[in-house]
Amino acid sequence: MTTPMLETRGLCKNFGALEVARDVNFRLERGARHALIGPNGAGKTTFVNLLTGVLPPSRGSVLLEGEDVTALAQARRVKRGIARTFQINQLFRGLSVQENVCIAVSERLGVGGAMLRAAGRRADVLAESARLIDMLKLGGDAGRRIVELPYGRQRLVEIAIALGLNPRVLLLDEPAAGIPSAESHILLDAIATLPKDIAVLIIEHDMDLVFRFADRITVLVSGAVLAEGTPAEIAANPEVRTVYLGSALDG
Amino acid sequence: MSASTDLARRHHWRWWEALPWLLALGAFFAFPNYLAFGTQVLITILFALSLDLVLGYAGIVTLGHAAFFGAGAYTVGMLALHLGWSEPLSGLLAAALVAGAIGLASGLVLLRTHGLALLMLTLCTMALLEQAANMGAHWTGGFDGMPGLSFGKILGVFGFDVLYYRSQYLYSLAALFLCFLIVRKLVYSSFGQSLTGIRENLLRMHAVGAPVRWRQVIAYTVSAALAGVAGALFTQANGYVNLAVLSLERSAGVMIVLILGGYGRLYGAFVGAIAYMVLEHLLAKAYPTAWQLGLGITLIAVALFARNGVIGMFDALRRRFAGGAR
Repeated sequence: MTTPMLETRGLCKNFGALEVARDVNFRLERGARHALIGPNGAGKTTFVNLLTGVLPPSRGSVLLEGEDVTALAQARRVKRGIARTFQINQLFRGLSVQENVCIAVSERLGVGGAMLRAAGRRADVLAESARLIDMLKLGGDAGRRIVELPYGRQRLVEIAIALGLNPRVLLLDEPAAGIPSAESHILLDAIATLPKDIAVLIIEHDMDLVFRFADRITVLVSGAVLAEGTPAEIAANPEVRTVYLGSALDG
Repeated sequence: MSASTDLARRHHWRWWEALPWLLALGAFFAFPNYLAFGTQVLITILFALSLDLVLGYAGIVTLGHAAFFGAGAYTVGMLALHLGWSEPLSGLLAAALVAGAIGLASGLVLLRTHGLALLMLTLCTMALLEQAANMGAHWTGGFDGMPGLSFGKILGVFGFDVLYYRSQYLYSLAALFLCFLIVRKLVYSSFGQSLTGIRENLLRMHAVGAPVRWRQVIAYTVSAALAGVAGALFTQANGYVNLAVLSLERSAGVMIVLILGGYGRLYGAFVGAIAYMVLEHLLAKAYPTAWQLGLGITLIAVALFARNGVIGMFDALRRRFAGGAR
């Protein structure tokens, strides 16, 4: 078996007596298009927070390409190639779309702390940001501040920032939430243009989107993995149907 | 895309940025009798500018910024009194170094915290320094401070003490200008952009892989050094230093100046300092007993109707106007 891009071994997290991750063994393969689904409160976002280092696990480890990164802080993991988007927008609300993306690109190129050159003279940063902004069809809003944009457009900025980090692993926490369904194809198109070896993990409630996107699905219930398999296997799994998918698939 | 939001051109100098300096030079000729007052205004601008870097750009809320003003003020005072080191320019440098070192040391510890804890710790830093200055009477003059200090000539040519208003004014203006260039360079750099990122969304800044705390510590240190220069100018211009430079009143005062002018806007310090000090001056003349009442009412009005200060008010008007024209 090849080394997975991202792997967890026996990952556990307790908040006091509440177990939000129970012995999760999870593999995200290179180039995977993987979906993580589960009912509300299943611990999906907590799992992402454990992967990115926002939360330290109670037990277990996180491995990036076979290397243990459990002890690394969030910023260090980002440098190693783990990028994420947030379920609720986490943007620089008072700044323009362009600046939002530039901040991410500057950090990735390692010039985020440079003091001597004006940010506006970083041709490489500006070009890369412009490319991402175009890719997400945000060109018309590049100079507008985040607070002036409708929520759906803001979601796309979330994605642009994550892509600006040039990730090897991209974790998308409900990226389509709040995007009008007419615009969700922009999101899927953007993901489709990513290099094939980037591993993408998506958390999503929109089953249409999940089944269009994913080649592998993991079902999380009460912090534990209930099932994992191809979309067809998951759709056919009776346990999954009763716990979670039932009505959505019958309908 | 409007010029104010286009990143590629934002750092370019605009014509109106020459205005404050032309006005300052104009004031030198127009109000020869007010140059001592003018010097105080310039010093306050510099102090407020240093606060803008941390409060307005990096989003570090501090009520103890007078710690660095005081550190600079006491540094040149003690150097002049005890070592006879009264050369003004090197005094400014020494003040910047001492205040910067205190900023670095305290920043490393207290920037681990946020919000109210941070606010309390900045206050504590200042209180500790104030007590140190109070108790180390042998060095600092204690409660009475150090009166009657005299300083050497600037570059060995221009006489410089309490009676030389003209050279004091120009000297302070030059120092302010240099410090302003540093701050302007910083806030428009990638570093400055990352500071605004930290101010706007700490969580996201961590998630793009930025070494957040280091950036804050660096900003805090630079800001402390600049506040130290302001404090040193204060001592040099007035020829004395006492515990008031380390007081909460001074910290709060500079914050009010910045809020009045508009924080995170570079020129808010200028507008705020001039508005505050002119208002104070005029009100004190008109109502010697109750002038603080007028100041208070003005501040309440600003807090209620102009959240982003005087410059913010102009910004909002300009946006509305530009929005209407589109």
